[in-house]
Amino acid sequence: MQQHVIASSSTNARLRARDLTAEEIAEIEHELTLYPTKQAVGLEALKIVQRHQGWVSDESMLAIADYLSVPVSELEGVATFFNLIYRRPVGDKVILFCDSVSCWIMGCDKVKKRLSEHLGIDYGETSAGGEYTLIPVPCLGDCDKAPVMMVGEKMHRNLSCESIDSLLPLSNAEGSK
Amino acid sequence: MTDRPLTKNIDLSRGALSLKEYVAAGGYAGARAIANGLEPSDVLERVKNSGLKGRGGAGFPTGLKWSFVPKSDDVSIQRYLVVNADEMEPGTFKDRMLMEGDPHLLIEGMIIAAYTIQATRAFIFLRGEYFDAERSIAKAIAEARDSGYLGRDIFGTGFDFDIVLHTSAGRYICGEETALLNALEGKRANPRAKPPFPQVSGLWGKPTIVNNVETLCNLPGILAYGVEWYQSLGSGGDFGTKLFGVSGRVNTPGCWELPFGVSIREVIEGYGGGMQEGYALKAFLPGGGSTDFLTPEHLDTPLTYAAIGELGSRLATGTMILLDDKTCPVGMIGNLMKFFAHESCGFCTPCRDGLPWVDTIFRDLEYGKGSFKDIDVLKDHVGYLGPGRTFCALAPGATAPLGSGLRLFADEFAAHVSGAKCPYH
Repeated sequence: MQQHVIASSSTNARLRARDLTAEEIAEIEHELTLYPTKQAVGLEALKIVQRHQGWVSDESMLAIADYLSVPVSELEGVATFFNLIYRRPVGDKVILFCDSVSCWIMGCDKVKKRLSEHLGIDYGETSAGGEYTLIPVPCLGDCDKAPVMMVGEKMHRNLSCESIDSLLPLSNAEGSK
Repeated sequence: MTDRPLTKNIDLSRGALSLKEYVAAGGYAGARAIANGLEPSDVLERVKNSGLKGRGGAGFPTGLKWSFVPKSDDVSIQRYLVVNADEMEPGTFKDRMLMEGDPHLLIEGMIIAAYTIQATRAFIFLRGEYFDAERSIAKAIAEARDSGYLGRDIFGTGFDFDIVLHTSAGRYICGEETALLNALEGKRANPRAKPPFPQVSGLWGKPTIVNNVETLCNLPGILAYGVEWYQSLGSGGDFGTKLFGVSGRVNTPGCWELPFGVSIREVIEGYGGGMQEGYALKAFLPGGGSTDFLTPEHLDTPLTYAAIGELGSRLATGTMILLDDKTCPVGMIGNLMKFFAHESCGFCTPCRDGLPWVDTIFRDLEYGKGSFKDIDVLKDHVGYLGPGRTFCALAPGATAPLGSGLRLFADEFAAHVSGAKCPYH
């Protein structure tokens, strides 16, 4: 079998590609109809797998590389390049917290501190119940409503410590079930 | 006729217009003008004559850019149109409004551009975090396809055209057009050497035009209402309208479509409602995070590429970021440097190693561990990372707020060292 080198794994000779699910394959096949090369579908395939699995494991990485016939090293180069491909497990919802200039001017540091206190986590960490992962994100392009953050696919705008207080008890109640 | 061709259909309190509603509002008239016998060369001539400049930041004349695509009647040679919708410039929030608010305007603009360069396929390169824009555009593309506005023989012109919506996964460098092309090809998004320029050898080596969202949204109006009308909008050597935005401590931050030549004061004090009570304007970046600081003495400058250029800054994206007197300028610049350091693609040494060095110094200054020698090192980097020293424009962009900030806020920088802390805390 081909020797694969993966950034996140210490050389583990037994590392094997997992089987892609039928759904994943169907979605990747659809993408393949839109682009003239298989390689072009790499990022989309990573996103598809991440949508289904929550993150991109080494086994998934190998599976996608095999499926698209691209070197795993190149696919890994793409995966690690992008901010929103997760090569480690993340929580049920990822909080993308904007820390760029307009949000910073409007006091996002204080809001982030409050958010961290509520969740008990800092950037790059996942809350104890596995509900949230907190990640800083470059400018979310909603600067007239700064500070902003994105929870899952939903934007939260004009944030303040008070709005974090009113947002999070709800979520905590959901999470503590 | 309208004086707001980009936003006349946009009302963010409701959803975007459906195709039917867009047509009822006069939409796709520009595309129909093509069906009524306009040749690609006619459209190119009109766009050149209109004086339209690219709205992505560089302000390059759109018609001229298109004219670099090798002319050929052979449509079997694949050409591509690519929409740069990877809006990630710090403090920039204009394309989001167009894509969420009126996606058919973008699609109509794409039809016009693609027909002109005879590109049968287009890709919209949308930033991954813009889920609302993704939904809005996907719905509009489906409607257009169902109505025969996309697909084979569109508008009975014999021209085939379709659009693929590609969503990215968050990386600022993808806004650089050659990095964007590498990303679309499924490669790591490092910029490419130029020449060859994408117009000659772009996506998969084929002639490719990359245009910003707002640029393309200008096209339907130019075809529907004519060059004369377009030039009657705007003054000071720039034509048409532009989305101008204000963020920071103003009373009513936002983004508005205004004619070129409007004064900075009118945007900040009029549309933006002026500074919030208790805050005074100290300085501002006129066009996103990669522009040089301007100060209140420049408020009466008209917003045109030339006038802002004469002040040593750039109009760029037209979205202003305001620094108030209660916010630390060193902290603001440090925030931008952290962004640029994080978003460097890592390909060329000055950018990969220089920006993190700059970022580290700003952290030291913030925590009172900076020295006067550090400030000299920052000044050195303005030169080392400047235009011509790096592979692409990312690091030179970072030197704009850095260099102008070091000059304007020399006292504040010095105070961080002499007081061994940030004086604003």
